Amino acid sequence: MTEIHMPRLSDTMEEGVIASWRKQVGEHINRGDVVAEIETDKAIMEMEAYDEGVLEKILIGEGQTAPIGTPIGLMGDGSGSAAAAEPAGNGSAQQAQPAQPESGQQEQAAAPAAPSAGQEAAAQKAAGTNSGDTARPKASPLAKAVAKDRGVDLTNVTGSGPNGRIIRADIDAAAVEQPAAPAAQASAPSAESPASGAPAASSAATGDDVEEIPLGNIRKVTARRLTESKQQAPHFYLTSAVDVTDLVAFRADLNERLQAAGGPKVSLNDLVVKAVATALRANPSLNVSFAGDKLLQHKRVHLGVAVAIDSGLVVPVIPDTDRKSVSEIAAEGREKAERARAGKLKPDEMTGSTFSVSNLGMFGIEEFTAVINPPEAGILAVGETKDEVQVRDGEFVARKMLRVTLSADHRAVDGAVGAVFLQQLTGLLEDPIRIIA
Amino acid sequence: MAVITYRQALHDTLREEMLADEDVFLIGEEIGVFEGSYKITAGLLDEFGEKRVRDTPIAEEGFIGAAVGAAMQGLRPVAELMTINFSLIALDQIVNHAAKIYGMFGGQCSVPMVMRTPGGGGQQLGATHSQNIELYYAFVPGLKVVAPSTPADAKALLRASIADNDPVLFLENLALYNTKGEVPDTAEPAEIGKAAVTRPGSDITIIGYSRMATVAHQVAEKLQEEEGISAEVVDLRSLRPLDRETLVESVRRTNCAVIAEDDWLTYGIGAEIAASISDGAFDSLDAPVRRVAAAEVPLPYAKPLERAALPSAESLTTAVHETLDAVGRRR
Repeated sequence: MTEIHMPRLSDTMEEGVIASWRKQVGEHINRGDVVAEIETDKAIMEMEAYDEGVLEKILIGEGQTAPIGTPIGLMGDGSGSAAAAEPAGNGSAQQAQPAQPESGQQEQAAAPAAPSAGQEAAAQKAAGTNSGDTARPKASPLAKAVAKDRGVDLTNVTGSGPNGRIIRADIDAAAVEQPAAPAAQASAPSAESPASGAPAASSAATGDDVEEIPLGNIRKVTARRLTESKQQAPHFYLTSAVDVTDLVAFRADLNERLQAAGGPKVSLNDLVVKAVATALRANPSLNVSFAGDKLLQHKRVHLGVAVAIDSGLVVPVIPDTDRKSVSEIAAEGREKAERARAGKLKPDEMTGSTFSVSNLGMFGIEEFTAVINPPEAGILAVGETKDEVQVRDGEFVARKMLRVTLSADHRAVDGAVGAVFLQQLTGLLEDPIRIIA
Repeated sequence: MAVITYRQALHDTLREEMLADEDVFLIGEEIGVFEGSYKITAGLLDEFGEKRVRDTPIAEEGFIGAAVGAAMQGLRPVAELMTINFSLIALDQIVNHAAKIYGMFGGQCSVPMVMRTPGGGGQQLGATHSQNIELYYAFVPGLKVVAPSTPADAKALLRASIADNDPVLFLENLALYNTKGEVPDTAEPAEIGKAAVTRPGSDITIIGYSRMATVAHQVAEKLQEEEGISAEVVDLRSLRPLDRETLVESVRRTNCAVIAEDDWLTYGIGAEIAASISDGAFDSLDAPVRRVAAAEVPLPYAKPLERAALPSAESLTTAVHETLDAVGRRR
C-alpha cells in the first residue's frame, strides 16, 4: 500500500485544494502519470505519480482542502487491500487528517474574527433584544452556507435579520474585515429600533450598494502574507531623492545603441533593478532574512519585481540579478511579467527572491512606501521621474529627479545599513555607466 | 401573432382540436344552445352538431362519468364543468374512476379526457361559487392539473391536455377570461409539468399560478420600475406534475421566495411549494419562504369584504417588501 500525499508545490504553500482527480478508483497508475490537479495558493498544478499501482481509495475529494503531507489517496495492487488496510494500519493518521484542514480553516477564520471585537460589543448591546441565545446563533441557511464557505465564525457575527437572525449581508460585512463598518451597522438597529425596521437601516449600507467578489487564491495569499508582514516586521523607511538626469540620458543613448545592434530596449526600471542588485551585492547585510532566532545571510542576489495583475499582486523573481546584464534583466523581466498577467507563472518563479523592487512611477506616483515581501528584509519603492528645479552651487538648475524609498525590516537590519545601501544605490544611479560596469 | 383574449384562445383551441380530430367532443351543461356559461363554446354546436357538442342535464357526476366511459372507449372528451365548485358533485368519478382506471386495470385502457373548469373568486358569486379547490385534484395521483395564466398558455396547454392520454383537470379563472395577450398563430402544445420563468430577476422569486401568476408579474414590473427591485416570477402552469426543479433553481439564484396563491393558506398549494423549496434550496435560503393567500374564510359576497379576503397586488408587494427587509436587500 502506498499513500499519495498532498505535495508541497511552492514555498508558501501550506495546504492545497484537490481541483480534480484525473484518475478514478480502480484505475492503474504509472509513474509520471498525472494523478490529480492541485490548486495551490498560486496556481493549479498537475501532480504526477511517483509510484506505480492501482488507485484504491480517494481520501480527499474534489474541492476539498488538505495540508501538505496529508494522505489524499491510497494506491495498492488492485486487490483492494490498501483500502481495506487503511483503517487499521493508518487509522490514527486518517482520523487526524480530516480534522487538520478544519483547524486550518479555523485559523483562517480567526483573521476575520479578530477585528470583529467591535461587533461583539454591538452584539452585547443588542443582547437585550436578542434574548441571549448565544450558544447557537440564529442564521439563515444561506448565511450558514456562505459563512462555512468563507470560514466566518457565526458566533462572532451579529444578526441584523428578524429576531437577530444572521443573514447573508451580515456574513458579507463580517468577511470584508472592516471592523468599523460592520460594527456601526450592526449596532445601528439595536440602538434605534430594536423591534422592526432595523434591517432596512443596514441594507442601505450593504446589500445592494455592494457587490460581493469572492477572494481568489492569489488575493487571499497577498492579503495574508502582507498582513503578516505589516504585523510582524517592524518596518522603517528611508527615502532618497536621486538625480537621474544622467541616467535618463544614459538610457536614451544605450537604447539607441541597442536598437542599432538589433537588440531590445531597456527601461529605466531595468536599470534601477540592476543598480539595486549591484548595491545589494556590495551591502550583503541587507540581503538577509529574519528567521526568529537567527538571520539568514543570502549569498546570491535574487530580485523580485512586483507586477500588479487583475487577481492580485505577484512578484516574479529574476534569479542572480546581479550577475545578469541589463538587457538580460529587461528581457527576462518582461517575459515573466507577461506570463504573470496570463496566470502562467510557475510557483517556483515567484519564490526565492531575497529583495524586491516595486515601481509605481508609471502611474505618476512621486514616492511611496512598499510593504516588505516576507521573508525578505527589504523592498525598494520607486517613484516617478520628474523635472524639478534644484540648487547646484547656488544656481537653480533643471534636473530629472527620482525618489526611491527603502522599506526595511528592523529586526534584521538597522537604519545605517539601509542608509549606506541607499547611498550606494544613489551613487550608481547618478553615475550610470557604473551600473553596467 | 394575434392579440386575443384568454376566452378566445380557449374557444379557438377547442374548435381547432375538433376540426383536427373527430374523436374530440364536448360535453357539459349549457355548452350547446346556450353556448357555455362563459361563452367559450360559442358557435360550436352550429358548426359540429349535437353529436360532438353535447348538452347534458344538471348532473355533474353523470356527464363526467359518461366522459370517463367515452374516454375508455377511445374518444377524447372535453367536459366543461360550469365552475370548479360543481366538480365536487363529480368527485367520485374524477378521483375514484378517471384517476385510477389506468393503474387499477393494469394499463388496459387509459382515460384521455379533459375537464375544463373555471375557479376563483372576485366576481361576487358567494362562498359556494368562488372557490379555489384545485388542490383537491392536484393531490390525486393519476390526474394532471394545469392552470394557465395567459392566452398563449391557455392555448398551448389546452392542446397538450387534449392530446394527453391521462385525465387532465384544466383550471381556468373567471378573472382571466377577458385578459388579452399575444398568441402565436401556430401554437405548439406546451409540455405539461413545466413551469415558466416569465420574468427573470435576481432579488427574490415570486411564485404563482393562474390569476396570481399575472398579479405576480404586474407586481414584479412595478417593483422594478418604482424601486429597482429585481423580482423573478415563476408561473407554475402545472400543479401536477409540479416542476420542482424550476422553482428550486430560481430560489437558488435569488435566495428568497414569496408564493402567491388564490386558495386558502393552510394546507394550500403554497405549502407544497414551500416544502419543495425547503427541500431543494435549503442552503440557498436567506429568509423563510412566505405565502400570500386568501383569508381563511368562506369567501364573502359583499364586494369590499370579498376584495379584502383575496390576495392582491398590494398584499403581495407587502410580502415582498417584508422578505427583502428581512435579508437587508430592500433598496
